[in-house]
Amino acid sequence: MESSFDQQQQPADRVASGSGIGLTKRIIPCLDIKDGRTVKGVNFVNIRDAGDPVELAIQYAAQGADELVFLDITATQEGRKTFADLVLQIARHINIPFTVGGGISSIDDASRLLDAGADKVSVNSSAVKRPELVDELATEFGSQFVVVAIDTRSVPADDSFVPADGVLGIVHTHGGRKPTTLDTVAWAREVYNRGAGEILLTSMNTDGAKTGFDLVITKAVVDAVDIPVIASGGAGTAQHFADVFMQAGADAGLAASIFHYGEIPVPVLKQYLAHHQIPVRL
Amino acid sequence: MSLKNVAIIKYNAGNIRSVLFALERLGVSAVVTDDHAIIRQASHVIFPGVGAANSAMPYLRERGLDALMKSLQQPFLGICLGMQLMCRHSEEGDTPCLGIFDIGVKRFPAVEEHGQRLKTPHMGWNQLYNLRSPLMQGLHEGDFVYFVHSYYAEAADACVATCRYGLPFSASLHRDNFYGVQFHTEKSAAVGEKILQNFLAL
Repeated sequence: MESSFDQQQQPADRVASGSGIGLTKRIIPCLDIKDGRTVKGVNFVNIRDAGDPVELAIQYAAQGADELVFLDITATQEGRKTFADLVLQIARHINIPFTVGGGISSIDDASRLLDAGADKVSVNSSAVKRPELVDELATEFGSQFVVVAIDTRSVPADDSFVPADGVLGIVHTHGGRKPTTLDTVAWAREVYNRGAGEILLTSMNTDGAKTGFDLVITKAVVDAVDIPVIASGGAGTAQHFADVFMQAGADAGLAASIFHYGEIPVPVLKQYLAHHQIPVRL
Repeated sequence: MSLKNVAIIKYNAGNIRSVLFALERLGVSAVVTDDHAIIRQASHVIFPGVGAANSAMPYLRERGLDALMKSLQQPFLGICLGMQLMCRHSEEGDTPCLGIFDIGVKRFPAVEEHGQRLKTPHMGWNQLYNLRSPLMQGLHEGDFVYFVHSYYAEAADACVATCRYGLPFSASLHRDNFYGVQFHTEKSAAVGEKILQNFLAL
């Protein structure tokens, strides 16, 4: 039996040893969902229905995406029900972990999604509104289930106040449009202390610009907490991912359009990162 | 393989849906149960779990599932918390566990030996080495699987796959009909599917 194992295969060509810790950096495509359909267009050659999140998810999993994030941007109760049904179908069909977010403001909301097969839930505005939600979710389901999404800007979107000296980011809600008075780094530390298992940090300064991740705020948050940080907003090239991993210390990089439009296919990105000595799963 | 009669142990730890779906993708249906007779008659038993050792063990004891599981003769697979509960003791809540494997379960240190920070949970894709078990047949040294855990089983004789996160730990254990995996086979893409297939072929 044991002679059939390929025990001597050298692993060196499979992973570049960057951190020395062992874990690989994760590449995470994000899909926005409205009424059970993907919102942004996609440009995959092998896909029959570009609006079908399940088919897209299967495609991404096959390409080597490490995780997926599905954000429900539906505002209605009916849409929420559709989303829970969709989560069940996603769980049925994909064999990698996935996080779901959007409209989760209670244990019951999260419980429904866990039962449907979600690996993690992400909370954003609801945690800002009622920070105890993070404690409740962590106690009920464990920290590994709780992702806190933070949308940040270097200055308030509406110029309503000037941040104090040394404040690198201001937390925003409502898709990054509405400023709070929370210091992003302090808020990250607070949700970490309350039991969050991961932080999904989106810089609204760089989001959509494709000029690279916001390295300054990402590094500040990475340094402030002892949980993984997913960097989001601004990815335009493979080098941008290398930068956010090497310079800011992010644990994962998330993007939407560059993957959906096929600008940087996941396998191409991972080959690039491996070539640059960044540990990735190939 | 569709004739397999798989029982999944029902108890107060989550993640059962994902295991059911993973089996379904392999064309196998399973029953989720805490019924002793059904578990005894199963061809294969899976003991999954996401949760805490100190709340799981009292629940299992109250229902006599601890003694039942130890007495089973058919292929038995503990996943994640399931594998940890098969060990002797867990530092999580200072909990005596099933003792199928004479191994201690410890919490990852905050800092590894070279002074680098270790974030917990150990969450993400990491590699398997020193593979030696029918469960790992067809896998390659360095294959990736998905982990989410804050406690680890120490490296030991029963270890049939190791992983490294700051320190080496047991990614998989095997003794007689008992198998354990620390990672989530049901979330580990093709590699995880292969391991589940290997288990079902036992």
